[in-house]
Amino acid sequence: MAPYHRPETLPDALRLLASGGAVAAAGCTDLFPATPRAALSGSVVDLTRVAELRGISETGEGWRLGAATRWSELLRTPLPPAFDGLKAAAREVGSVQIQNAGTLGGNLCNASPAADGVPCLLTLEAEVELASARGDRRLPLATFITGARRTALDPGEVLVALHVPARAARGRGAFRKLGARRYLVISIAMVAARLELAGGRIATAALSVGACGPVATRLPAQEAALLGLAPDAAAAQVSAALVAPALSPIGDVRGGAEYRIEAAVELLRRALSDLTIQGFAKGDMR
Amino acid sequence: MNRESTMTRLRVNGQSFPVAADPARRLSDLLREDLGLRGIKVGCDAGDCGACTVLLDGAPVCACLTPMAQAEGHEIRTVEGLRGAALDALQTAFLRHGAAQCGICTPGMLMAATALLSEVPEPTEDQAREALGGVLCRCTGYGRIIAAVCDAGRALAGPRPAAGQAVGAAIERLDGVPKVDGTEVFGADHWPQDALVVRAVRSPHFAARFGFGDLDAWSGARGVQVFTAADLPGENRFGVIPPFADQPALAEREVRLRGEAVAIVVGEAGVMAALDLVDFPVDWEEIEPVMNPDTALGARPVQAGRADNVLIRGRVVQGDAAAGLAGAAHVAEVEARTSFVEHAYIEPEAGVAWLEGDILAIQACTQAPVMDRDGVAKVLGLAPEKVRIIPSAAGGGFGSKLDLSLQPLIGLAALKTGRPCRMVYSRSESMQSTTKRHPAHMRARIGADAQGRICGMEFDGTFDTGAYASWGPTVANRVPVHASGPYRTPNYRAETVAMHTNGPVAGAFRGFGVPQAAVAQEVAYDDLAEALGMDRLAFRRLNALEEGEASVCGQVMRGVGIGACLDALRPRWRAAQADAAEFNAAHSGVKRGIGVASCWYGCGNTALPNPSTVRAGITREGGLRLHQGATDIGQGANTVIAQIFADALGAAVEDIALIGPDTALTPDCGKTSASRQTVVTGKAALLAGQALRAQILARTNRAAEARIGLGPGKVVVTDAQGCAEIALADLPEAGHGYVLMAEETYDPPTVALDGNGQGAPYAVYGYGAHLAEVEVDLALGTVKVARITAAHDLGRVVNPLLARGQIEGGIAQGLGMALMEEYVPGRTENLHDYLIPTTGDMPEVEAIFIEVPDPEGPMGAKGLGEHVLIPTAPAILNAIRDASGVRITHIPALPHRVRAAIREAGR
Repeated sequence: MAPYHRPETLPDALRLLASGGAVAAAGCTDLFPATPRAALSGSVVDLTRVAELRGISETGEGWRLGAATRWSELLRTPLPPAFDGLKAAAREVGSVQIQNAGTLGGNLCNASPAADGVPCLLTLEAEVELASARGDRRLPLATFITGARRTALDPGEVLVALHVPARAARGRGAFRKLGARRYLVISIAMVAARLELAGGRIATAALSVGACGPVATRLPAQEAALLGLAPDAAAAQVSAALVAPALSPIGDVRGGAEYRIEAAVELLRRALSDLTIQGFAKGDMR
Repeated sequence: MNRESTMTRLRVNGQSFPVAADPARRLSDLLREDLGLRGIKVGCDAGDCGACTVLLDGAPVCACLTPMAQAEGHEIRTVEGLRGAALDALQTAFLRHGAAQCGICTPGMLMAATALLSEVPEPTEDQAREALGGVLCRCTGYGRIIAAVCDAGRALAGPRPAAGQAVGAAIERLDGVPKVDGTEVFGADHWPQDALVVRAVRSPHFAARFGFGDLDAWSGARGVQVFTAADLPGENRFGVIPPFADQPALAEREVRLRGEAVAIVVGEAGVMAALDLVDFPVDWEEIEPVMNPDTALGARPVQAGRADNVLIRGRVVQGDAAAGLAGAAHVAEVEARTSFVEHAYIEPEAGVAWLEGDILAIQACTQAPVMDRDGVAKVLGLAPEKVRIIPSAAGGGFGSKLDLSLQPLIGLAALKTGRPCRMVYSRSESMQSTTKRHPAHMRARIGADAQGRICGMEFDGTFDTGAYASWGPTVANRVPVHASGPYRTPNYRAETVAMHTNGPVAGAFRGFGVPQAAVAQEVAYDDLAEALGMDRLAFRRLNALEEGEASVCGQVMRGVGIGACLDALRPRWRAAQADAAEFNAAHSGVKRGIGVASCWYGCGNTALPNPSTVRAGITREGGLRLHQGATDIGQGANTVIAQIFADALGAAVEDIALIGPDTALTPDCGKTSASRQTVVTGKAALLAGQALRAQILARTNRAAEARIGLGPGKVVVTDAQGCAEIALADLPEAGHGYVLMAEETYDPPTVALDGNGQGAPYAVYGYGAHLAEVEVDLALGTVKVARITAAHDLGRVVNPLLARGQIEGGIAQGLGMALMEEYVPGRTENLHDYLIPTTGDMPEVEAIFIEVPDPEGPMGAKGLGEHVLIPTAPAILNAIRDASGVRITHIPALPHRVRAAIREAGR
């Protein structure tokens, strides 16, 4: 008989997962849709009670987001304006019902090309904290997700938390998602943007696009082109020539590849337009 | 189960329950199956529909995605916990606003709204839309739900009209309370304790030959039973139109569509829950499928008996279309394509069968109990009177639940095992195996003279009817009759063909092909208005059919309301034009536009008999009973038929007890389709009410305007002279256990169509016109429908609350068809890849009722249900064109299609 475990500490969870074969479960919003059965099959290690995976806190080095944090918990947590995009994305995850169950860590480990959380977390330069019986490690998020529904997670390894370094928790973030209906929709394309200003000029630009390739991606060439601009001039400097080479979208029932690229470029313009100069703190104007 | 049950306790609705269950089990399954809380509805098992929403410590979650273990130690609240002795304020508001139609989404809506109201007691509409965005509704169009949530706590009780004054009153639906308190019994909600569970083995291929391995060994090892086509005692061929019946209940040797059933597996519930069908012993030999209806002619025959893959052709010809077009000052040509559209009711097919002596009883969701009875009897080799169909509440139908689905399968299982047998389709099983709206490929040429009068029209349509006939013949015949729209079209040729493919079976879906045809015709009308330099609304008004004019079938039309509908749009048309012009002058990236389109639709079967019979009686105790056999799938027949009957009798609606539908208890009221129930069953109810009234007045010799009341053991008749009583104890039985009884049948008079489609196909038509106002995002190709003004001629509005519900719900389906709904076989077999509108996609809807009485309809009434869907999509397409300059003729107008058209137009 396959057991269902609800460990309360990380060492217990790792011990239960170390033997392999067990499914790590959290919000279950991806696990249940994948089975026609009335119950999850096989051994399950339910991580939602593991203390180390819970909560959002400010640390000496930045912000720590427990992997089992549910989207609605994120929405209720006061966070700096750099996280505004991530909060906007949280509101677009499925529905209120899904936001009350689904977790940040689950969104990353499921590694859907259309995962709503990934573009913003890329612009926040998030790192993932992984733990296993063999020890802990940290990876940049961009390295953690290796392909469509593939991650660098080793067997028996658990995504414990996300870390947003203090240097990336600055400025303001924005998020835009395009779907064929308003709620409960899988993205055709989505974008995240985070800008930091110095002297009223863009000192850091972090941009990313999701659902336009197997993995969401940053746009270094386009980001570089925005440096030194006034934020209100940024949208006009977004160009397909800088964005498109970073993308590799598929064509499917939601839209063709060409359309996805075109939409991503337009959404980037809009996300940057959301980051008007009025929204930045006075300190950024110096 | 794959693991030992855990003994624990769950707190539900303030009470603690002991449970022994798999901790990894879906909470929805546990609450429904083990605790009997069947107000929790399961629509998808994937978090896509929200019907199973419960509150966990006050927060809404999908119970289907919640493992039981995560609910331990938390307070669970379900729809059963909302009401105390009386309904709570939100439930009351749902009834008053008509927020529940079929009721299958209602528990989920109520729970999501309860969570909102606990935080925001007086929410705005936007807050309500956002909070309810995760619950899908296919009936209402959401408008009444949002209104109810925003009005919770303030809603007053509905009107209770006096005797004789029910028609025209916005009374709450008579069957509403169970829909808001979670006690309604849908197909999956009732089963005897010892019921076995049935599952089907289905084809993963569009076309394949197959053979079975060792079924006995496989089933024996698992403690289950397997039945195949070889076990069917009757003729393994069903179909809604008997001469075309061609669909096997279980396929024999060859499957012709993905999802076609080849066998059923029957066993105890616990065994079936753990059973894996992956290793079921069936070998498939794939065949190259025929998927394109345009090239199906001459392709491999999908069915041996129809060598050219043509199911049927339809044709209506009047005058000389070619000559009319040759003489036209302007000719518009349109080539249009539509997609498979899925009904996407939130209730997947479900039901239970059991034996009552030698009678096979089947309780399942359906729109057509008597057709089900006859179809099941044929397949199972039983006499029709040995089958009893008890329609459960239907959690949406829209045409697809007219066809048999699981009824013969659970019937076979019950006959073979002698045990009650139940079955619930999964979402993907429902989407794969049940009918769709026909995809159409249409070409239309319409000509107008220099003054703007239509002088000729040609229409050719190829409809993909899929593997089996279903309602393909109806679509092929209805479309040529209606493709002109409600416009004077003197020279006319419309021809259709329904082609077989290995696609899903295309059948009935609200409108039977007419919504597709309206796209081609109404887009061409905008072409013509543009060429003529005429206002688009004025152009339509000029050509609208007038009273006493002939239709394209040569039928002299009476009670024609299209002109009045178009006139009713004019004030908003002018205002909307001005609004759009002002907005467009100030904005460049987003443009507004407006569009108009019309509908007409004949109520009932096309030139074929379709009678309804209504029985009513008074018991010796003084109970008034109406045997109402029209299945109410949410549209409101239970209420509307009772209102008509009440006024015909002269009694109060609240004195009526409804019986049925149940083929053992109710006479045949036909099927709930073709917008026929208000007209046909309504007329039968009118006649039955009048007949019963005549008996009562004859016994009391009272005036024609007397009111009829009921008391214990007596009927009380009141007029200006005072009261007279009939003591019921003294009367002999008049039949069926009643002391006073009437039974009346009505069949709408029609004239058969000749070879050119000339005749009088329908006795009653309804009319309507929609004005759509949209915003097009030029850079993304997204379309937001801001407002729809819908004028509908109902002849007589029997119940404004329910009529409004039909209008808003039809518009939601029309909007979905226009903008997002495209069923791709093998690809969109769930409710996250197949999109239907959510709360956030619906426009503001203004409903305008027009009452041009029909001389044939009961009290002047006409049908409405399908009409409302017809003009929405073409009105939206015409508005997109007005806004953006691009003419979209391939629907749905998904963002990428609209953007491609804009790019091509160089904008």
